[in-house]
Amino acid sequence: MPVDLTGKVALITGAARGMGEAEARLFAALGARVVLTDVREAEGGATAASLGAAARFVRHDVTDEASWNAAVAAAVDGFGRLDVLVNNAAVYSTSPIEDEDPARLDTLLRVNLVGPFLGIRAAAPALRASGGGSIVNISSQAGLQGIWGHGAYGAAKWGLRGLTKTAALELGPDGIRVNSVHPGAIATAMTAHLGTTSHPAAPLGRVGEPEEVARLVAFLASDDSSYLSGAELAVDGGASAGRMPLLAAKEADA
Amino acid sequence: MTGRPADPALRDGTVLVTGGARGLGAAAVRAAVAAGARVLVTDVLADEGAALARELGDRARFLHHDVTSEDDWRAAVAYATATWGRIDGLVNNAGVSGGLHAVEEQTAEEFRRVVDIDLTGVFLGLRTVIPAMRESGGGSIVNVSSAAGLMGLVGTAGYGAAKWGVRGLTRIAAVEQAAARVRVNSVHPGMIHTPMTAHLGLGTGEGDYPAVPMGRVGAPGEIARAVVFLLSDAASYVTGAELAVDGGWTTGPVRATAPTTDPQEDR
Repeated sequence: MPVDLTGKVALITGAARGMGEAEARLFAALGARVVLTDVREAEGGATAASLGAAARFVRHDVTDEASWNAAVAAAVDGFGRLDVLVNNAAVYSTSPIEDEDPARLDTLLRVNLVGPFLGIRAAAPALRASGGGSIVNISSQAGLQGIWGHGAYGAAKWGLRGLTKTAALELGPDGIRVNSVHPGAIATAMTAHLGTTSHPAAPLGRVGEPEEVARLVAFLASDDSSYLSGAELAVDGGASAGRMPLLAAKEADA
Repeated sequence: MTGRPADPALRDGTVLVTGGARGLGAAAVRAAVAAGARVLVTDVLADEGAALARELGDRARFLHHDVTSEDDWRAAVAYATATWGRIDGLVNNAGVSGGLHAVEEQTAEEFRRVVDIDLTGVFLGLRTVIPAMRESGGGSIVNVSSAAGLMGLVGTAGYGAAKWGVRGLTRIAAVEQAAARVRVNSVHPGMIHTPMTAHLGLGTGEGDYPAVPMGRVGAPGEIARAVVFLLSDAASYVTGAELAVDGGWTTGPVRATAPTTDPQEDR
């Protein structure tokens, strides 16, 4: 039985394209009404328009508290309630720590960590008013491991993983579940520079599709995950599961 | 452990090290003796264990000890307390790796054998030694798990499951025994140059093991220093902790193949 989101209203940030777009399309297909937000107005508007009456687009800068209040209000005013928040919007760049531009670190932290923090604050009252809900924070494989060159991005994504735990503790009594999702390399604009869909470092050997992340997010948004809170789920083809070295060796005891 | 900061870290402490005849265990024995402890070396390798104890003189004794035998455990604790009057430290080091086999190729018999030694052996040690340690007013137990107890390592079904089990057992014991002043921590060696890894034929120089961030295999003494730290009063507020000593192996991939990217590519 597929996940059912009928009757739920979801707000998805960074939904103009990539994983956010895939989540919005899947949510709508599963019966949800969706507020897509992004700073990319043309793409976001077009995506929402293609989903018809079940979707609307709001221009939304996740670093701005007033913009958050407006986005939540758009969901409540437009669709009567809010049940799900997906903190998906993020920016990505890599650099060795020593070469990193502090201004770029600041941008990454503001969008990728402060943004979800403001989102939880802004959405919690509306989720509570709906009798509970689900918040899905899109962290990263880089929030599960140290990854070379991911000093700034990883700091933000590890922070989001921790923020998820605290929010789960604080909001649990109100029936609001909070979980983090940790995508590995996914075929989006963020990874287009890699120029390949093969991924030898992942046991599954390939880059993931945005829809594969969206299916996990839909599960976490749905009542099928009614006892999951504070959990972290990797969707990375096994890349963070361990190491695959040296299977040649034979018996040795010591 | 007794001793003020200015003293040797383990001065006059009594420590039992299982699997102490060679490899990581022998390094822990040497480091503990050097730090002032009296050490009961136990192992099933009687010749090597006895030779090491003889070499170290008064401060070391050897006893044949199969960690899967509860009777052997009782005998080891009785020997230590009869000889030195107390027991302050336990290093659950004895272990076997078993062969490297994918899950569906490992036999149930082999899986059970590895779990029996590597995990049940630690359990029996906790069960047997903790009461004696409580009589000494407390103590410190160091369980030697593995990097394979922090991540999934291909081919290590029995070993990895046992080492993950040791990691969990460590925390349970730490919570249960904290009020009794018995600290329990796990150490997670990565690829270390020992008899267990000799068959891999790895070089020990800088750059010889690029699979880990530090680029080299570790030396047994590098694990032993972490063990002595956890045994000592320097770690007096450390319990239930897991300490990776692996050159960064479990920290993350060595280096992403992705080039440095421009900012502002959003999702």
